[in-house]
Amino acid sequence: MSVRVQTADFEVGAEIAGLTAGRTDIGAVVSFTGRMRADNEGKAIAGMTLEHYPGMTESELERVAAEAHARWPLQASLIVHRVGALKPGDNIVLVITASRHRQAAFSAAEFLMDYLKTSAPFWKKELDAEGRAAWVEARASDERAADRWQLPSASDG
Amino acid sequence: MRVKLLYFAWVREKTGKAEEDVDLPPGVDTVAELVAWLKQRGPEYAEAFRRAEVIRAAIDRTHVRPEASLAGASEIAFFPPVTGG
Repeated sequence: MSVRVQTADFEVGAEIAGLTAGRTDIGAVVSFTGRMRADNEGKAIAGMTLEHYPGMTESELERVAAEAHARWPLQASLIVHRVGALKPGDNIVLVITASRHRQAAFSAAEFLMDYLKTSAPFWKKELDAEGRAAWVEARASDERAADRWQLPSASDG
Repeated sequence: MRVKLLYFAWVREKTGKAEEDVDLPPGVDTVAELVAWLKQRGPEYAEAFRRAEVIRAAIDRTHVRPEASLAGASEIAFFPPVTGG
């Protein structure tokens, strides 16, 4: 279980190789890469700046990763999230999950992305083609995606 | 009680500062009470916290709700809903 916040790009193949090196207990590896698109809600986007809350970002990512390890039998996991200036086509976020069998790795990767999008303190500011900057609004659909992982509480019987 | 306040994204831009140390006056015991107190410190704070219902808070790097107590807090952060990933 490892998390990193960095301005530098990442290389998916190298990260998978690093996570699985020397391991013979891992039967399944799932990776998700989030990339920057050149459009958002019908508008052309020229660039983006990602701000975060140093210290809290790492602790929230670790908390989310620990929750995934508690829910699924994972052998290893990695979250890498970039900050700073990005342009269309750049990598933004990488999630890798490794387990003995595929189902845990698939589910945990989806859970990690849904949860980090609604809890890790990152904020995107987009720059349009005319150079106007605007903070990206949070989406209700992301809240709903995270909500579907809620465990039933005791009061629900 | 002296605490450090942190502001991020458009909350930071509107207050005009990333962080500041403040002495909490008596009667400011919760996050919601802190927001109400900040709003009357000046026009930039009134504007930053005008849509107080959408602003999120963290105490010592943990997400909290408006009714959360400030007792024992050393670092309180205010920010818009997160948009990472």
